[in-house]
Amino acid sequence: MANNRMIVGFFIASESVFFLMLILAYVNFHNSVTDGPTAVNSLNPVVTGIFSLFLFASSFTIWLAGKSLRENNHLMLKVWILATIILGAVFIFGQGLEWSGLIEKNITISRNVFGTTFFTLTGFHGFHVCVGLIMLSLLLGLALAGDFKGPKSDAVECVSLYWHFVDGVWVVVFSVIYLWAFL
Amino acid sequence: MSSRIPLVPENAAPLPSLKENNGLLAWVASVDHKQIGIMYLIITLVYFLLGGLEALLIRIQLAHPGNDFLTPEMYNQLFTMHGTTMIFFVVMPFLIGVGVYLLPLMIGARDMAFPRLNALSFWLFFFGGILLYYSFFTQSGAPDVGWFAYSPLSEKPFSLNKGPTYWALGLLASGIGSVASGLNNVVTILTMRTPGMTMRRIPLFVWMIFVTSLLLIFVIPIITAAFAMMLLDSLLGATFFTPAHGGSAILWQHFFWGFGHPEVYILILPAFGIISEVIPVFSRKPIYGYEFVAASTVAIGLLSLGVWAHHMFAVGLGNVANAYFSLASMLIAIPTGVKVLNWVATMWGGRINFATPMLFGTAFIIEFVIGGLTGVAIASVPIDWVVTDSYFIVAHFHYAIFGGSVFAIFAGVYYWFPKFTGRMLSETLGKWHFWLTVIGFNMTFFVQHFLGVMGMPRRTYTYHDMPYWGSMNLLSTIGALILGLSAIVFVWNILVSLRNGKPAGDNPWNAWTLEWATTSPPAVENFELVPPVRGRRPLWDLAHPDQPDEPGAKIV
Repeated sequence: MANNRMIVGFFIASESVFFLMLILAYVNFHNSVTDGPTAVNSLNPVVTGIFSLFLFASSFTIWLAGKSLRENNHLMLKVWILATIILGAVFIFGQGLEWSGLIEKNITISRNVFGTTFFTLTGFHGFHVCVGLIMLSLLLGLALAGDFKGPKSDAVECVSLYWHFVDGVWVVVFSVIYLWAFL
Repeated sequence: MSSRIPLVPENAAPLPSLKENNGLLAWVASVDHKQIGIMYLIITLVYFLLGGLEALLIRIQLAHPGNDFLTPEMYNQLFTMHGTTMIFFVVMPFLIGVGVYLLPLMIGARDMAFPRLNALSFWLFFFGGILLYYSFFTQSGAPDVGWFAYSPLSEKPFSLNKGPTYWALGLLASGIGSVASGLNNVVTILTMRTPGMTMRRIPLFVWMIFVTSLLLIFVIPIITAAFAMMLLDSLLGATFFTPAHGGSAILWQHFFWGFGHPEVYILILPAFGIISEVIPVFSRKPIYGYEFVAASTVAIGLLSLGVWAHHMFAVGLGNVANAYFSLASMLIAIPTGVKVLNWVATMWGGRINFATPMLFGTAFIIEFVIGGLTGVAIASVPIDWVVTDSYFIVAHFHYAIFGGSVFAIFAGVYYWFPKFTGRMLSETLGKWHFWLTVIGFNMTFFVQHFLGVMGMPRRTYTYHDMPYWGSMNLLSTIGALILGLSAIVFVWNILVSLRNGKPAGDNPWNAWTLEWATTSPPAVENFELVPPVRGRRPLWDLAHPDQPDEPGAKIV
């Protein structure tokens, strides 16, 4: 059934437009903050960069999961899905640390336009990561129940496609928020 | 012969359907595209009456200068809800609903690609509308900031009430439903076509729904993001659109019209599709220039993405931006004009049968061309500067959306009602409905062109007694009352015909597309046998095997 992958493809295209608008809003206000917190004086690109590596690595592990299924290696399928979940969870944990640190310094969504655009953009991305983690957990549950006989599964491929998308969005978001400010 | 008729593959498990379970639960739980389509049509009819009632109240208030029939607050709520309702809860869901009903039938499929997602889309639309209308019962009242909710008017401190929040939440829910329908439609059209039904042979209505669905997929997220930002502003104190705190009110306008302009084509392209089905059947000729009609749809879809700022000429974006958006907007007149020429050429020399669907189809061409011509006029920056936010604009978009989309919707209802219900609508009542609509519509909106040029602003609850304003407004209000009467005739016709209408048979109009090959109303799984598709008019080919109209064949 090509239907499932096709609809996920179009869905991702639609979601890309959604993120594009949030990114445009961030870019629009990038240089307009004259006082108060900005990306340069409040963010730590190194720490976030390290946590980002976990997310980037998870794209690789979900690819390995699909590859294991194609090779009929059901044990490694479960291992790689679990690894993906752990890597994604570490990223979300990192984002939680960053957010709580900022909020302790009274940098919030209502402080100024930097806070508004930063929390909105990273928040919606984090929300998408969490949705992905839920879907991956369902996949893991189904895999443990022995649902995937291989060598192909639309469920695995569709979740994997979505996960790559979430990862790809973070490449753009990280570049726009962290690298642009510090380079 | 019979061996060449392909069987539709069996479904693994039959879907729930009215044929097996009766009662309300069967509808609520239904995932059958026909039932979901009918539910869309019933709900949009309810909203059509609600939105129409709001319009009547507005027109009664404006019947003479200095009227105090409505309070200013109520007037603001009514024009906001009228616009929002008509666009998001009447025209758009009607076209989605009729698309959901007809797509699988027209391409020879048993159902949509994702029947359950289809039901989800409907219920998101349904509860989005409930959420929006619930605001009337809250202490702060309905949204009152216009259907485009310009910031900072829709933001604190100008709007401390919750109206705009209900507005954003209701539209957010129904918008997500629209994206889901768009996704479902696109995948259905690409993957569920019966053998022989190539993309060059699908009915033009399906082509238009295809392009519209792509627009839904790509432009609804623009407004979804903007709604999210607006809600963060009002609920969490974010500052996207509040200039006092570093935000930008113009950004809202860019986001809103980035969605809002393509939305105009989401409202009109399926209407073009209906007209492209009705006119050939009632002229007894194949559509003239199928490829041009389809290709111009794609051109309109693409162009519509690049013209949003022609709604913002008065903002002061600068001459370069204004010149670009002016030129790009005028370009859309070319593919649109191509379509109009194709419809007229289809009628040319045909044996025209002016049954009610064709009456509405013909009137559509005339009214829509008037709306299109004023559209080209206001795409010109200096003219826009003169008439912006005046009744000229009100007249223009009502000619485009009522004279265009709604006339096409009426044509479509009269055309497909026999297929939906197995009964014909009354032709006598239909003609009454048609003439009352034409007279009422033109009487209401034509004078508004003059009112606009004379400077009457829109969205103000009353006006001074300027020369002729009172009499022209009274004329407009009388027209609106006639339109209201026409809506009653329309609803009466539906109710009467559902009970006592003439039995329709499978193909009362002697039409050529696949939906007419099955029973009326269609059986649970649509077709027993899908006729072979060897051209654009499968039922013509079936009836006239010796005269196939493959591309290049002479017009019959």
